[in-house]
Amino acid sequence: MIRLPPFRFFTPGTLTEATRLFAEHERAVVVSGGTDLYPNMKRLQVSPPSLISLRGVRELKTIQAGADGSIHLGAGMTLTQIERHALVRERVPSLVEAIPLVSTLPLRNMGTLGGNLCLDTRCHFINQTPFWRQAVGSCLKDVGDVCRVAPGGSRCWAIASADLPPLLIALGARIRLVSERGEREIPLSELYRDDGIHYLNKMQDEILTRVILPRNENVRAGYLKLRRRGAFDFPSLGVGAALQFNADGVCESARVVLGAVTSKPLEMPQAQGLVGEKLSAPLIAGVAEAIALQARPLQLADYTYAFRKQMVAVYTSKLLNRLAD
Amino acid sequence: MSETENVVVTLNVNGETHTVLAPPYETLLETLRERLDLTGTKHGCELGECSACMVLMDGEPVLSCLTLSLEAQGHALTTIEGVAKNGVLTPLQQAYIESGASQCGYCTPAMVLSAQTLLDKNPSPTRQEIRDAIAGNLCRCTGYVQIVDAVELAAKRMRESVEDRVRRET
Repeated sequence: MIRLPPFRFFTPGTLTEATRLFAEHERAVVVSGGTDLYPNMKRLQVSPPSLISLRGVRELKTIQAGADGSIHLGAGMTLTQIERHALVRERVPSLVEAIPLVSTLPLRNMGTLGGNLCLDTRCHFINQTPFWRQAVGSCLKDVGDVCRVAPGGSRCWAIASADLPPLLIALGARIRLVSERGEREIPLSELYRDDGIHYLNKMQDEILTRVILPRNENVRAGYLKLRRRGAFDFPSLGVGAALQFNADGVCESARVVLGAVTSKPLEMPQAQGLVGEKLSAPLIAGVAEAIALQARPLQLADYTYAFRKQMVAVYTSKLLNRLAD
Repeated sequence: MSETENVVVTLNVNGETHTVLAPPYETLLETLRERLDLTGTKHGCELGECSACMVLMDGEPVLSCLTLSLEAQGHALTTIEGVAKNGVLTPLQQAYIESGASQCGYCTPAMVLSAQTLLDKNPSPTRQEIRDAIAGNLCRCTGYVQIVDAVELAAKRMRESVEDRVRRET
């Protein structure tokens, strides 16, 4: 039996209690569904002294429509609860289509939206047993002093492996972070840093409480995922996109965001090549190629980096063609 | 509830209440197997990849290897031991035997629970719907065809028995 290393466990019932606990325990780590943290703890990638569970925090479990047409998703909702929610099904069908691509049903019944957005970065050299890591020599994200992927450099290249950020960033999502010091709202894209170790622009005591999706009229959005097993795998590549069209079918705004390429979800400015145009297959192919040129995956996930790079063009154009149809 | 010493954990498993003393970092899988002797719940990868340890929490599949027993309190838990009533197998369990859906048997308890939650919601699933429902459950004997056969057979029998009852009552 692989057991969890010992930790102190706190179960606040309100957001106020939770923020106070984070202020008091500066090395405490947040946990909600535990589907990402507990496997990492069992592999001794991290061994926090205390965990603060958000499972009982009521404020994180609501979905509300804002007066301005926005939707506020509680970060503590499980992915299954969000997928089944009537308002989400009516207003954000692209999210309802993307959620089943995340993980497996029992894990979606446990894992939360906030947990998915804060998912730890992944790499072939860190997501291994302690024995394996020791045998190969540990890496930067572990206790070592060298990156096993790019030994010449001084940074960790572990990749952003969550499925929902590419889609939600494309949809223009914002997030709210709350701590005892106050609260702030930032675009979801600003939550991430291109650093496999310190991958979140979030202080230890800040709790991600909600995701705010702006009013999205005439927006067509979607997410495509490359993985080896159709049933269950982290993405070897994820492509999220959102396109807005006017009444004449001219593309008014376009966002394409890549996941599993580098340590943060990458918004690709080349998508602007679609704006002001009526979308055609050749135009989309050109933009997809331009995006793939800028994507530089490394050899640290399933499939070769060269194949993953090729697939950036294939998956981007497949998704954009579907949305343009 | 904040120390690493043992805490009192009260679980409702298969309709029975169990109270144990366990450290706060103990998983439901450990409690079920090692304290309650409910070894029908299997430990496979223990990292959330195989779903062999799946149980139902308030009727929904969750993984016991990644659930703290502490956080399973206040929920109705169902393990494979709670599926057959008074020693009588469910139509799904019976169909499982007849279809040869169980080979080494390690994925079977969780697979039966997954399929049962599908049948509870959808009495006539297509083969694709069955495959989707059990997508998280790995069978390393790769006996998926027989498993899907078994779920289909069970669904058919359950529908027929309902139709029979309706016919008799009208």
